[in-house]
Amino acid sequence: MRMGVLKRAWRAFDDRIGVSDILGPVLKHPVPPDARWYYIFGSATLFAFLVQVATGIALALAYIPSTANAYDTLQFITHQAPFGRLLRGMHYFGASAMVLLIGVHMARTFLMGAYKFPREANWLTGVVLFVVTIIIAFTGQLLRWDQTAVWSIAVAAEQTGRIPLIGPALARFLLAGDTWGGQTLSRFFAFHVFFIPAVIFVFIGVHLWLVLRHGISEPPRAGRVLDPRTYRAWYRALLSREGRPFWPDAAWRDLLFGVGVIAAIAFAAVVLGPPELGNPPDPTIIQADPRPDWYLLWYFGLLALLPPAIETPVMVLAPLVALAVLLLVPAVSNRGERSPARRPWAIGFVFLTCLMIGTLWIAGARSPWSPVFSAGPIPARIVGTTAQPVAWGGRLFYDKGCEYCHTIAGYGGTRGPDLTTVGDRLTPEELTWRILNGGTNMPAFAGNLTPEQLDALIAFLKSRTAR
Amino acid sequence: MNGNRPASPPAESAAPPGRREALTRVSVALGALGAAIVAVPIVGFLLAPLFERQVQVWRPVGAADGFRIGETVKVDFPDSSPLPWAGIVAQTAAWLRRESEDHFVAFSVHCTHLGCPVRWLPGADLFMCPCHGGVYYKDGTVAAGPPPKPLSQYPVRVRNGQVEIQTSPIPITT
Repeated sequence: MRMGVLKRAWRAFDDRIGVSDILGPVLKHPVPPDARWYYIFGSATLFAFLVQVATGIALALAYIPSTANAYDTLQFITHQAPFGRLLRGMHYFGASAMVLLIGVHMARTFLMGAYKFPREANWLTGVVLFVVTIIIAFTGQLLRWDQTAVWSIAVAAEQTGRIPLIGPALARFLLAGDTWGGQTLSRFFAFHVFFIPAVIFVFIGVHLWLVLRHGISEPPRAGRVLDPRTYRAWYRALLSREGRPFWPDAAWRDLLFGVGVIAAIAFAAVVLGPPELGNPPDPTIIQADPRPDWYLLWYFGLLALLPPAIETPVMVLAPLVALAVLLLVPAVSNRGERSPARRPWAIGFVFLTCLMIGTLWIAGARSPWSPVFSAGPIPARIVGTTAQPVAWGGRLFYDKGCEYCHTIAGYGGTRGPDLTTVGDRLTPEELTWRILNGGTNMPAFAGNLTPEQLDALIAFLKSRTAR
Repeated sequence: MNGNRPASPPAESAAPPGRREALTRVSVALGALGAAIVAVPIVGFLLAPLFERQVQVWRPVGAADGFRIGETVKVDFPDSSPLPWAGIVAQTAAWLRRESEDHFVAFSVHCTHLGCPVRWLPGADLFMCPCHGGVYYKDGTVAAGPPPKPLSQYPVRVRNGQVEIQTSPIPITT
């Protein structure tokens, strides 16, 4: 009967507080025995979120959410404050991990039919969590109060502005006034650190509650058909026959992977560091090149590639349709086969979604539609001669803006056709006609070129041959 | 351990069913009232930007003599009523073009596609947008790319030899 002092103290504490009473059944709820490595992504998303909460609170020690000061405090956090660089890096890579993992978790539950009866509400709360995760990721990018953040708010306001009737009001709501101003950042700060996290906490609570209420879905098997009338009794029998306590039989996998995620976040933060701050948030610096962070780069690509005629409807309806599709998933099929082997449409749907986002992502990363402002004049080596008028034409190719969109021997943009060997393709007449009149996505230069300039430009372009 | 839990109330208590139902309704109503008292000012504060009307003002951007006919230059001016803590963000840029002796045009720097800042290329006489490749001629009309309409313009006037631009909201394409 010799019990350690610590043990006795714990017993007394536990008796008065009731830790084991409350948490015991939760931690030890039975789970299907073969629920293994596929089941770790939800908890890993939660781990990433907790990293965000912790590092976010820490960053708030120094960050001042005022439009005048935020940029300077970010410089301080990144370059002066001990651990500041690490914390900012962890907050960035934590956000990246959270977006990535919630996507994987969603794809996994969809492919394995885990959203089917009786777990429809698990799916629906998960969809809400997915949407607010994207929103909090975007607002987080805005708190990195540099030039890109400022212009990203303008881009967001323009997008909401396309919504019929309420669009202009929504745009004004985002800007918090006529333009960016003293209110803009403090509001996004409040959204990012109070409003949206509150929603996330509530929905994580409900989501976990539902996991306990309905139990973890058993791994599907092809041919085992889910029938809502018999499922609950069958599942209960399965658990009482072969169920294992979640803690510790299954939880160790969640912890192993979750801690691995945390370690990876910290590792990336140390090695790669936080995204560098751009120019100060000064709207009069026109040399801006706003791009969203990687998780929305594909959408940036989509916005460039949409044909103008369908642009506004797509911009307004596509997010709504995507949300509706996700919310309707359990309504479309909440019974029957759960195994991906018997659900080719589900595999096709996930595959096409990944293909679409991947393709747009590559397009967004390359953004061939953007003029290349950094291109300098074509080097003399490429022009190949100092004889006039070809040399002058080569200079005009840069001065008149051709080079922003056209490449010659690797110099210039990719919006328009590569003109490295255009002399082989087009006659002087064709070149003249195209330059003066413009074309699809090419300005007309008729009012901008003197006859001598045009002749020089044509001479230069005609000298561009494969030879 | 379960024996320590407080006993649940007796199924048949003293209160009659009608009274209990009334108490339920009163409690729910009280809760709703409390939430409403707190919620009204919060929601109002959240939506405040929709109710605020900013008075637009004329801002001088330089002496008229300083601008050459046919040239397009960037001018900066403060917003209509900057808050003290707005800092540099309260500044706005515009592209000012002197068309003739007494005629100035001031273009917004916001691309009408999605609001990115367009750059003026003096040699090419074009505005170009870095985001999705929108291009405009010197008069602001669309030359190429996705913009659905010409660059928007600020009201501009010349007073006592000074060029003045009237502050305006960021143009939102609808």
